[in-house]
Amino acid sequence: MSDIDPVTLSVVQSGLQQVCNEMDLAFVRAAFSPVISEALDRSDGIYSKEDGALIAQGELGLPVFVGTMQFSTRTVIERAPEISPGDIFAVNDPYLGGTHLMDVRFHMPFYYQGELFAWLSNTGHWPDTGGMVPGGFSAHATEVEQEGLRFPPVKLYKQGELDQEILSIFLSNMRIADQRIGDIKAQSAALFVGERRLTALLDKYGVDLVNAVIAEMRARAARQMRARINTIPDGVYQGVAHVDSDGVVNEPLKIDMKITKRDGELHFDLSGSSPPCQGPMNSVLATTKSSIYLAMKHIFPEVPINAGTFEPLRIIDPEGTFLYAKYPRPVSGCAAEVSQRIAEAVFDALAKAIPERLFAAPAGTSGNFALGGYDPERGRAYVLYFFSGGGYGGSAQGDGLTNGCSTIGISKSQPVEVLEQRYPVLFDEYSLHEGSGGAGQYRGGFGINYTVRLRSGTARASMVMDHGRFGPNGMAGGAPGGVNRVSVARQDGVYLPPHLSKDQGIALAAGECVHISTPGGGGYGDAHKRDPALVLRDVKRGYYSREEAERLFAVVLSGEPLGVDADATKKTRAGR
Amino acid sequence: MNEAIVGVDVGGTFTDLVYMEPGGGDVRIAKVPTTPANQAEGFMAALAEAGVELASAANISHGTTTTTNALLERKLSRCGLITTKGFRDVLELGRRTRPRPYGLLGSFTPLVPRELRYEVAERMDAEGNVLTPLDEEALRQAVRRLIAAGCESLVVHFLHSYRNPAHERRAVEIAREIWPNAYITAGHAILSEYREYERGVTATVNASVQPVLQRYLENLRRELADGGFRHDLLVMQGNGGSISSAIAAEAAVKTVMSGPASGVMAAAATARAAGIDNLITFDTGGTSCDVGLVQGGVPDVTAEMELEYAMPIHVPMVDVHTIGAGGGSIAFVNEAGMLQVGPESAGAEPGPICYGRGGARPTITDANLLLGRLDPAHLLGVAGEAPLKAVRDAVMREIGAPLGLGLEAAAAAIIDIGNDRMAGAIRMVTLARGHDPRDFTLFAFGGAGPMHAAALARELSIPRLLVPACPGITNAIGCITADLRHDYVNTLNAPLSALDINAARAILEAQIAEGRATIEREGVAVTGIDCLHFADMQFEGQTHLLTVAISGTGVQVAELQAAFEAAYLERFHVELPEIRAVLVSLHTAVIGRRPGAPLEALAAAGNQVSVTDARRDQRPVWFAGRAHETPVYRRHLLPADAALIGPAIIEQLDCTTVIEPDNGVSLDGLGNLVIEVTA
Repeated sequence: MSDIDPVTLSVVQSGLQQVCNEMDLAFVRAAFSPVISEALDRSDGIYSKEDGALIAQGELGLPVFVGTMQFSTRTVIERAPEISPGDIFAVNDPYLGGTHLMDVRFHMPFYYQGELFAWLSNTGHWPDTGGMVPGGFSAHATEVEQEGLRFPPVKLYKQGELDQEILSIFLSNMRIADQRIGDIKAQSAALFVGERRLTALLDKYGVDLVNAVIAEMRARAARQMRARINTIPDGVYQGVAHVDSDGVVNEPLKIDMKITKRDGELHFDLSGSSPPCQGPMNSVLATTKSSIYLAMKHIFPEVPINAGTFEPLRIIDPEGTFLYAKYPRPVSGCAAEVSQRIAEAVFDALAKAIPERLFAAPAGTSGNFALGGYDPERGRAYVLYFFSGGGYGGSAQGDGLTNGCSTIGISKSQPVEVLEQRYPVLFDEYSLHEGSGGAGQYRGGFGINYTVRLRSGTARASMVMDHGRFGPNGMAGGAPGGVNRVSVARQDGVYLPPHLSKDQGIALAAGECVHISTPGGGGYGDAHKRDPALVLRDVKRGYYSREEAERLFAVVLSGEPLGVDADATKKTRAGR
Repeated sequence: MNEAIVGVDVGGTFTDLVYMEPGGGDVRIAKVPTTPANQAEGFMAALAEAGVELASAANISHGTTTTTNALLERKLSRCGLITTKGFRDVLELGRRTRPRPYGLLGSFTPLVPRELRYEVAERMDAEGNVLTPLDEEALRQAVRRLIAAGCESLVVHFLHSYRNPAHERRAVEIAREIWPNAYITAGHAILSEYREYERGVTATVNASVQPVLQRYLENLRRELADGGFRHDLLVMQGNGGSISSAIAAEAAVKTVMSGPASGVMAAAATARAAGIDNLITFDTGGTSCDVGLVQGGVPDVTAEMELEYAMPIHVPMVDVHTIGAGGGSIAFVNEAGMLQVGPESAGAEPGPICYGRGGARPTITDANLLLGRLDPAHLLGVAGEAPLKAVRDAVMREIGAPLGLGLEAAAAAIIDIGNDRMAGAIRMVTLARGHDPRDFTLFAFGGAGPMHAAALARELSIPRLLVPACPGITNAIGCITADLRHDYVNTLNAPLSALDINAARAILEAQIAEGRATIEREGVAVTGIDCLHFADMQFEGQTHLLTVAISGTGVQVAELQAAFEAAYLERFHVELPEIRAVLVSLHTAVIGRRPGAPLEALAAAGNQVSVTDARRDQRPVWFAGRAHETPVYRRHLLPADAALIGPAIIEQLDCTTVIEPDNGVSLDGLGNLVIEVTA
């Protein structure tokens, strides 16, 4: 027990949390990039002045940034030659505590009464930072230079003043640069909101007390995480997940996850994973670690997030694998895709230890899709950037959710009506991907289908998705969810990307279209144990065909109106 | 013939009634249990309790939770959907979200199951050009199938109908030919804005609750007519205005969340009468705390409400921020050793431990009891003495022992944490939106609001607190003070540099005309019609909107630009001269003013004596770490010129007001307690 009274502890803690939530809110409401304003692909927090350790982070921040921002803040602390109030460092270097180049971090030293107290940091996904593909999700890059402009920590604001020279370098290297100034101002305004609110909190409670609360909260979060970990029996748990390919070499990449539970801690050993790859599916260390953190947070959502939460999670640096990318390995797929496979490997391993807490694999792809072209009607270049959801896995608690967001995100997809208003495209459909939910006693949720048709001009389509080769895993005997599919209907025939889920620069002429089907979630438990009445309901809804009901669930349907043939079902189930 | 006006509000636990005769005549209030299965029973019981002569009543206004409850409990009519080919699943797919940021479990049930959703060939583009004509034969077939499937209501929801509603209009026309039915909703008719999921859900909510609301209102109108009532019954809407019950079901979605809106309207009207224009409204009952903002006498309105996970209802509503903190909120120590209060609530059953109905976990109300703020011998709705020993034991077991605190300190900790959460809700409505709480008066009501308000005001440096004469029936007072109100929103989506200002003005004029026609159709007496106009704007490329008030049909481009820039600077502290401003939509509220309610009569409803005689008792009450011997007053006995210095407890039938040490208290001409809060 600390000597802080319990009320003050709780009130100061929620005060720190509210500072971060207000930063999140200000950023998202003022942002221009729809990836931030609609998809909430951003995060704001307060970090320690010594080593960048996480003090508090907004509750609606993008989950994958949970761990990365403390690494990024630490890099700035180590590298910054001198700092003054009002300075804001901008950095997007993936190898310096980052993700991919599009995630730009802003770091501001926060002073209270003339003394450095902490760092305020945020990350926002910019729609473009240059590179060979509009939107930055290259499928074929083999060096980071091809992925876009990379900047180390640079003082974009110097004592509160925006540095026009650095700004001009940024804007000269990015597509659709005219709106970036809006995002830069929104991102810095969020830090200024944090500065005002944190100052008010310190005015009220004083530096010493707030510091004591921060230390106490960290100790308690570590204790709480240990208590949760101790619900896992001691032992070694093996999990595995595969990335379809790296986009260049058409072979799967393996994530080999060995989790050892002992002494109230979890040790994560990824050393059996594939070596570094040529294409952009390498993961930087910050993202690899962050993916494990967020997987644990999905399993134990009740544990609060600060640096203490991560203390009992021991991650061995996976030297020599594609999960510890070093310069100049390309990394554009790490935050959006590899991160989710890492989380799935954690789920897969721990499903064997604490099945009641777990679930079959979710669709687990961000479904990044970019269409860049020139709009002859409006006379301007554009980048349409879209992402899609998929089904979640079934669990002992029931069927999986349909069209959930990515494991690493909390984002909303953009409305079709908004996209059609902004870009020269037409959606032929936006519908449920029938049959994609993995069969099981509790089935997976369903993915979606969408078709984008180009109305005028020409454009190039790129996509970085996954689970095209392997559907998301089932659990406890459940079947995998349906795979991701991409096809392009062109005048000269249908084009299928050789890497299934990844491609770039596919030329489209007016009238041609891209069709995407996203994965469903894995099923949970034996499909032959599914209540036949639920199978009938699902068939009436068109989720599955009658043939699938019989083949996957061993339920025979007949009659008009359709009903369960109880005898035939019994016989079929007994016979298998 | 006394021409009385009557307001009846149905809440979760109680149905409240206020009855006022004009010209300073009789004032009556009544509180009876709500009858959830059929709210009309409680309604009629309240009328009986107050002895209302229906034949002599000029007007009855009614706040009902019928539609809100139907949605939350999914007790909806069987509704079919006809939509654009390729988009059958929009209502089921949503915007690719999950219920909570962390944890991959959870489920979602669409308002219309897939087997009742049909597609027809038709297509508009974003400019409203017809790409595929409406397949009328397919439409007829879909309608017939939905009839055969036993549907009671229908939604027609086509892509881009906000831009060109021709196909939706024609489809509804055809549907009505084969299916004469009052419950057919066209998507654009309820919300003429882009975003297919939000517009579709809003329209579907409307169709799904229409039959439910219509049956309820028909039944109630009949009962009132049988009782001799000869005028129109008015129904409260979420926008804080009322509407004739004869047409309320046409846009049934607009009655959702009308309860919280009534409270804010009553607060605005009461404070306006007291000469106060800027308010934070704070309504706390058993399970939730609702915070609203009134600026310049006008409540903030939003069109982005989400009733629950993935149920956006995008019609203009009074902007109320709700958190799960109230008298019934349960206190516990979590596994990190942190004291938590709410959002889980003991509700009305079993309720707090002190109600003696089997509650075993300590709540905010239990803590208030232990600290002397409530009288154990006189708890509302509790027969006999509260089981104090059980309360003490539970607070020590659940809170005191784990945290190493004594009984009073444990109870005070529960209150402090509860207050901190409520203060957080007020910060999100004020500071997070660029407003300084010091510029506002806190208006506290609901059963538990006035018990916590003084502490919140101190915490947030709000200088003044107002507690109305009858805080427990504020929503019913909102019913009698509400004007008729109809809101219209149309999307333009034009950069100001390319805006055809005459087209914008024409939209405003059409909105005014539609509102006037509706008020005329209602046939309710109004003293005048006012219009409020707003522009929803953004910088080009953004997706979020900022709403600014505009002057009216004479609006100029320069006015739009200036109003938007000023609002943006205030909210975000950002200037963006580099980027063009865009007018996204225009919004008009057409308000039919009704004769004001004689609120001052509420002040005279008491049986005033002197401060000394109003003093009933004294008891030790816990403030700032120790017990203070505190006088207890009966509110209805306080004279108009009463002036007190805290600490004090002021009790009335359904509410207790806590005055902290050194706060000054007086009464104003409307019977409001005015509390000057010392920092």
